[in-house]
Amino acid sequence: MSSIVVISGGLGSPSSTRVLGNDIVARLRDALALKDDTLDETVVELRELAHPITDAMLTGFPTGDLAHVIQTIAAADALVVVSPTFSASISGLVKSFFDILEPGTLNGKPVLLAATGGSERHSLMIDFAMRPLLSYLGALPMRTGVYAATSDFGGAGAAALAARVAQAADELAEAVAGGVKRPVDDGFVEFATLLAR
Amino acid sequence: MQFGIFTVGDVTTDPTTGTTPSEHERIKATVEIALKAEEVGLDVVAVGQHHNPPFVASAPTTTMAYIGAQTKRILLSTATTLITTTDPVRIAEDYAMLQHLLDGRMDLMMGRGNTGPVYPWFGKDIRDGIALAVENYALLHDLWREDYVNWEGKFRTPLHGFTSTPRPLDGVAPFVWHGSIRSPEIAEQAAYYGDGFFHNNIFWPTTHTKAMVDLYRRRYEHYGHGRADQAIVGLGGQVFMRKNSQDAVREFRPYFDHAPVYGGGPSLEEFSRETPLTVGSPQQVIERVLGFRDYAGDYQRQLFLMDHAGLPLKTVLEQLDLLGGEVVPVLRKEFAALRPAGVPDAPTHASLVAAAEPPLDQETQEAQVDRWTGTRAEDDNRL
Repeated sequence: MSSIVVISGGLGSPSSTRVLGNDIVARLRDALALKDDTLDETVVELRELAHPITDAMLTGFPTGDLAHVIQTIAAADALVVVSPTFSASISGLVKSFFDILEPGTLNGKPVLLAATGGSERHSLMIDFAMRPLLSYLGALPMRTGVYAATSDFGGAGAAALAARVAQAADELAEAVAGGVKRPVDDGFVEFATLLAR
Repeated sequence: MQFGIFTVGDVTTDPTTGTTPSEHERIKATVEIALKAEEVGLDVVAVGQHHNPPFVASAPTTTMAYIGAQTKRILLSTATTLITTTDPVRIAEDYAMLQHLLDGRMDLMMGRGNTGPVYPWFGKDIRDGIALAVENYALLHDLWREDYVNWEGKFRTPLHGFTSTPRPLDGVAPFVWHGSIRSPEIAEQAAYYGDGFFHNNIFWPTTHTKAMVDLYRRRYEHYGHGRADQAIVGLGGQVFMRKNSQDAVREFRPYFDHAPVYGGGPSLEEFSRETPLTVGSPQQVIERVLGFRDYAGDYQRQLFLMDHAGLPLKTVLEQLDLLGGEVVPVLRKEFAALRPAGVPDAPTHASLVAAAEPPLDQETQEAQVDRWTGTRAEDDNRL
C-alpha cells in the first residue's frame, strides 16, 4: 500500500483546486492498481490550517492538527501538491506551509505538481514557482505538471486536462514503486568528530 | 535541588500603561529582583548576555559581581554566556575573577545566541555557531585546567605559553552548564565533558526538552561520567501567579498578547497547552512544575523566567513573594520525596573542591616570573 498526501491550497469550498486534486487521486488509484498496489490517500485542506500555519511562523513550532499533518507528510510515500495561482505565483498559504517545514522533511519524496488558475496564460507558474520550490526542499517533482484553467473544467480543453492528469499520475505511480526506502538518518555526530572539524 | 530565576534583561514597554523603563531603571530593577530572590529563599539567580537593543545585559560578570557583593547565599549564574561571540580567553579571565570575588558562589551556562546580526559585530558568522561553541569551549576548558596553554584553532589568534589569570579558585574550574533548545551537538558536548545540560523549557513544546534531555542523559552515561539518571539537568519555566487563577490570566493576558516572543500568534490558552508556560494559581504552578519530572527525569536545577514582557518591577517582586513563599517550599519537599537515592545534587564549588584529587606535592610559592624574559611584572620591563 502506498500512502499519498494531497495538499490542497484552495480557499473556496468546494474549490476547483480540490476538484483537480480528486481527479488526480482517482487516476493515481488506477495507475497503482496496474502495479498491484493500493492507495491510502490523505487530503489536507490548508484552509483549515491557515491560523496554525501563521502561528507556527511566529512561534517556530507547529501545534495540534498541523503538527499531526506534518508528521503524516513526513511519513508519506509521495505527495500531490495542488495550489491555486494567485498574482502569477503559488498561493501565499501554500508557500507559508512549505516555509514552516523542517529542512529535510520532503527529502527524496516524489511530488506531483498541480495548479489551478483563472487563465491558461499562467500555466508556466508550475515550472517557474512550484518546481524550484519543491526542488529546493529536496523533493522529487514529476516532470509533468498539471495546470487547469477555468476553461479546462468543461468544453474543449477537458479531454486534454484528463490526458495530462493521467500522464502525471502514471509518473507518480512509477516513482512510488521504484523508490528506495531507507531508514531516516538523524544526523547525529560524535563529539570527537565535532572537535576535529 | 536548586530553585531560582533567570532573566534575559529585556527593556520592554508595559502594554497596559505604555511606560518603557529607561536602561538605568531596568538595570537597577535586575539587581533589586536578584536581591529579592535571595530574600525569599531562592538558590540561584542567572543573568543573560546580549549585545543588541532592547537588551541591557552586555556585561554579565559586572552585574553578577555587584549582586554578589550585596548577597550572602544565593548562587550567581548566567543564562547564558555567549560562547560563540565572546573570546574564550576573556570568559576564562572574567569568570575566574568573579569566582574569587564570590568565594566560589557562582557557575555559568554556555549558550550560542540566535541573533544573526550580532555575530558579525564580533567578527563571527552565525552559520559557524556550533563550530564556534565546540572550539571556543574546548579552549576555555583548557584555560581553566592547564597553567600553560599552547593552542591553535580556526576562530582566534593562536596562544603560545599563555596563562589565564587569575587561576581558578582552589584549582577548581567553575561548574559549566550548556544550554540549547534543539541542537543535539550541544547535548553531546555537555555529555562529553560531564558538564550540566540546561533546557530553557519555555517558548517551545516539551517534546524538544524531552528529546534533548534524553540524548544528554544517554551520552553522559556513554562517556562514563555516571548513570544516565545521575546526569546534571537544569530546566527553565515561565509562570505568572495570583491567588485566584482567573486573576492571573486576566492580568497576564495583555503582556502575553504583546510580548515580542509570542505576540500576534497563538492565544494564551493555546500557548499554555503547547508549552510549559503556566498562568494560574500557585497550586497550578506546583502541579505543572512537578510534571516536568515526567519527561525530564529527576533534575537538579529549576529556573523561572519572571521579569519578562514588560511586567513592572512591583509585579515581579510580588511574583517572587509567591514563588518563594508558596511554590518553592512545596516543590522542594515534593521533588525530594520523589527523588531516588543516587541522584546527585547540582555541583557547587564546595562539592567540586571535595571531589577534586589533592595535588601530588605542594609547589613552593615563588614570585611569578615571566618564563621568557626572566623578569617580573613589577620590574621595569624593557627588552
